[in-house]
Amino acid sequence: MSLLKITNLVQRFGGLTAVSGYQADIKEGSLNGLIGPNGAGKTTIFNLISGFYVPTEGTIEFDGTLINGKKPHEVTALGIGRTFQNIRLWHDMTVLDNIRLSQHYHLQYSLAGALFRSKQYYKREREIKEEALKLLDIFGLKKEADEFPKNLPYGVQRRVEIARALSVQPKLLLLDEPAAGLSSADVKELIDHIKWIHKNFDITILMIEHQMQVIMNLCEDIKVLDFGKTIAEGSPEEIQKNPQVIKAYLGDEGDIYA
Amino acid sequence: MFTSFFQNIINALQWGSFYSMIALGYCLVYGVLRLINFAHGDIFMVAAYLGFIFITFLFKYIFVGGGVSGWLILAITLPVVMFFTSVLGVFIERVAYRPLREKGAHRLYVVITALMVGLILENGNLALFGASSRKFPAIIHRSVISFSGVHITNLKVLVIIAAFVTFAFLQAIVNKTKIGMAMRAISYDKFAIPLMGIPVNKVIVFTFILGSSLAAVAGVLFGMSYPVLNPYMGMIIGWKAFIAAVVGGIGDIKGAFLGGFLLGFIEILIVSFFSSNLKDLISFLILLIILVIKPTGFYGVAKSTKI
Repeated sequence: MSLLKITNLVQRFGGLTAVSGYQADIKEGSLNGLIGPNGAGKTTIFNLISGFYVPTEGTIEFDGTLINGKKPHEVTALGIGRTFQNIRLWHDMTVLDNIRLSQHYHLQYSLAGALFRSKQYYKREREIKEEALKLLDIFGLKKEADEFPKNLPYGVQRRVEIARALSVQPKLLLLDEPAAGLSSADVKELIDHIKWIHKNFDITILMIEHQMQVIMNLCEDIKVLDFGKTIAEGSPEEIQKNPQVIKAYLGDEGDIYA
Repeated sequence: MFTSFFQNIINALQWGSFYSMIALGYCLVYGVLRLINFAHGDIFMVAAYLGFIFITFLFKYIFVGGGVSGWLILAITLPVVMFFTSVLGVFIERVAYRPLREKGAHRLYVVITALMVGLILENGNLALFGASSRKFPAIIHRSVISFSGVHITNLKVLVIIAAFVTFAFLQAIVNKTKIGMAMRAISYDKFAIPLMGIPVNKVIVFTFILGSSLAAVAGVLFGMSYPVLNPYMGMIIGWKAFIAAVVGGIGDIKGAFLGGFLLGFIEILIVSFFSSNLKDLISFLILLIILVIKPTGFYGVAKSTKI
């Protein structure tokens, strides 16, 4: 069954066409990759899906609901979580608070209950803390729960951000270059983590990535974007052999030797 | 010497309370929007006028014969004025600040808009009520408690208690509630908030309700303490409260609260030694020196803007 269906997506910024005619049909439970050179429009597509931009043309259908034009918080509530290319954590709140903010916000107790500390308040607070710690544990972050993200190494911050994206309990997880800036050891760990959450969380993943090692290891289906247009799609093997992809990434050989 | 010392402390606490309650409003909005809401002093002024209008209305149509307890009138007036002041604050946010924000305007333009909104409130008031001052109706009989020469009026006590109670309430909201946690997160980075399923605008509206309600409490109590109202009364006290908030460390409610009292104490200290003409000059010189030494204020954290 298809979870995310995008038809003829177009996004123009003034005279610039960032995305032109993007199509996607992402099956539930699949692991998908979106690659392409810098400026190809990958992050724009993420921003369109998560509601930060309203598409100029086209439709985005998620889980049977039309979501283009919806606000980011509404899209999140429907079940889409995402991370950012440059980490956007709350650096002055603890890791634990970063993770539990979403659940905390949707708590079922009144303002008065919180101020006067009802029994229910304590009970829910404890449950949320436990859930958040469980999530942190998956990423090996339990002992960092009370640290501030700004004091943590980059690779750990990445993991915190993925854990935070999962805290909204999404059906679809959008990962924007999760391996950017990571050491090769961290990348290996990241691949394992993504595999683990994909298997255990009943989740669909769409990721943008530059590191071929990550994409080829994880993704079942890959789309290649160049200048806003889809130039190729298929399995990792197919993509690697596609002459157009090689051209987009490495430039035209003819140009060099002419 | 001893009695005048205590007398001065009480006065400083009272003025500090007014400054603090207004400074907290600046601080809340600044924390969430990174916007210095220069209209806030004028919202305080409008609140004082709303109190004046509502109490006059009560005396004219509801409690015609009089003989009603002043405390009862205050208990009715406060929530009503808080409500209408909040409506005004949210309205300003909706028509003046949000459109700019959604168009992605630079913060400078929003600050200028805030200054204009303040001028509109002042001059709108001028158009409605004219330039002459209005007298805030006396609702609570001023009683003086004296011990060993120190005179404390019940109103002063009320003002000081109100400031501490509202501060404690605000602290609890910011630190203990879900919306408070969202407010804190927004103050660090607004960008990722909607990704947690939290509607940013809802949190902003809530912030304006809180800030305006505080201004309403301050406005009504100020009207009761110094019953002469004029359209420009909010300007100077608003600016002073704003400066107090900056000295305390704007963006931190503890800082704003303490900053308000600091200004109150500095002012009263100066008045007790020098001519009151020198009050503002010397107190702002002192605050200037504090800021030069510690530009982030007492509780502020140095932070680069990330826009």
